Amino acid sequence: MRKVEQALIIRHREIVPRYFELEFIAPDIARDALPGQFVHIRVTKSLDPLLRRPFGIYNVEKKIGSVTVFYKVVGRGTKILSDFHTAETLDVLGPLGRPFSIPPNLRRAVLVGGGVGIAPLVYLARVLCERKVEVMVLLGGSTSGFLVGRDILKRMGIDHMVSTDDGSEGLRGRVTELLEKIIDRKRFDYIYSCGPEPMMARVTEIAQEYGIDGELSLEEHMACGIGACLGCAKEVVRDGRRSFAKVCTDGPVFKIGEVVFRA
Amino acid sequence: MPDRKKKERLPVNLSVNLGGIALNNPVTVASGTFGYGHEYEEFVDLDRLGAVIVKGTTLEPRCGNPPPRIVETPGGMLNAIGLENPGVEVFINEHLPYLQQKGATIIVNIAGNTVEDYAALAGILDGEEGIAGLEVNISCPNVEKGGLQFGTDPEMVKEVVAGIKESTKLPVIVKLSPNVTDIVSIAKAAVTAGADALSLINTVLGMAIDVEGRRPVLANIFGGLSGPAIKPIAVRMVYQVAREVDVPILGMGGIMSHLDALEFILAGATAISIGTGNFVKPDIAQQVIRDLENYLEEHGIMNINELIGAAIQ
Repeated sequence: MRKVEQALIIRHREIVPRYFELEFIAPDIARDALPGQFVHIRVTKSLDPLLRRPFGIYNVEKKIGSVTVFYKVVGRGTKILSDFHTAETLDVLGPLGRPFSIPPNLRRAVLVGGGVGIAPLVYLARVLCERKVEVMVLLGGSTSGFLVGRDILKRMGIDHMVSTDDGSEGLRGRVTELLEKIIDRKRFDYIYSCGPEPMMARVTEIAQEYGIDGELSLEEHMACGIGACLGCAKEVVRDGRRSFAKVCTDGPVFKIGEVVFRA
Repeated sequence: MPDRKKKERLPVNLSVNLGGIALNNPVTVASGTFGYGHEYEEFVDLDRLGAVIVKGTTLEPRCGNPPPRIVETPGGMLNAIGLENPGVEVFINEHLPYLQQKGATIIVNIAGNTVEDYAALAGILDGEEGIAGLEVNISCPNVEKGGLQFGTDPEMVKEVVAGIKESTKLPVIVKLSPNVTDIVSIAKAAVTAGADALSLINTVLGMAIDVEGRRPVLANIFGGLSGPAIKPIAVRMVYQVAREVDVPILGMGGIMSHLDALEFILAGATAISIGTGNFVKPDIAQQVIRDLENYLEEHGIMNINELIGAAIQ
């Protein structure tokens, strides 16, 4: 059930310049949150900036009722958010959106993430492992320090491989090249992906080439987050028909092949 | 059980009459910001609201404008949704029953391309149970045909409104555009043609540019500005129109609190709509009702109708 909670910040730190990890106590949201869902946060009590900001859920600790998000400072809203301190409260709405689905007979899944888009995949990886699904996470980043979620994956003992644009760690190149290198021998039966659109467009091509189903999680500017404003429209194809879907409630998770990517 | 002493509470009367539509209280939710009500299920009891004004409805389904459709601006946002809606038939079959079941006072916002479209919509909805009134969108800035072009010409306004009045017995609220030189003349035209109430203002035509990309942010180029940024414009227009016409006014534009609502009421609005505020605080409408009630109690005002237009000089 969706709720507005006044969430107490218990951890907020800059992992590398401009990349922040933010953990807050929101017991109702933590109880119901599923991988792929997001929270919608007000970054000020004043009326400017007016709108909430959506963040994919990076981790949930159900025992203490905490939710963690991972974000990059990209504009005014995230800059203001980055100035919040531990023990301050945030107005958080969630959990929102359609989560990743987990097919009942899923055995081997590959998760492909780029940049901060890796965040929702980390929570997914954890839940998949708890369900005894074999998981491989492919992480792409600009350079070695900017591989989101690697520490948490290591801690949880989840298999992962990395690629970096500058070759400072793992494969030099794109994370989709990493996917192509291993997809043949690994016999994955499902692909999950989140990250920049060109990356997900390529993941879509690879998935279709190998005939593997999967899901993508999109990011979009949005106002309400609950399906009312119709501001976060994304072109999709369903049953052969083109239409606009709402990223907030029809997504943010869509089936591979549904989303129309534009170059 | 020990006899608990009840706090002495004066019965405050919040009910108002909006051109023949009886509202429990003056707080409604604006068309296009509240979907069909179910979107806000966990946050608002629909029967507690003065009215739910549903998303702009057209005869045929509309797919809306391509993205980007919204952009945040200082103290507000621009939108160019383009009247995306599933059409009147789907509204009646799939959305109306939910609103009826929840006991909402239902006002349906209608939009069309032609005078005939509006009349046909009014006729179709006239036969449906549980609809309290119609709000006529003659002022949408984001569609090519109809919308704004109807709302800026007094003769067109008369024609559209007269056509609707002939097709329905429901109370008709005409929603005016602020994107005109003289809103009073448009308001008078609507009233002459039989409008039972006026609602104002719709969004203010605006634009934002992506500096790095050197192009408009919105795919539609222009969009409608809403939110606290437009409140002073809206209050001014409500005031101007309230002085000149006799029908009740539904005031809106950037309302985020009961004090904002009171500004509109004091300027001459009989009821108010919360729009963009719903996006920020999904439970805002119910909060504003509670705060209004407390305000009246604290100020010893028995009936909210005493405040309507009280600031008009």
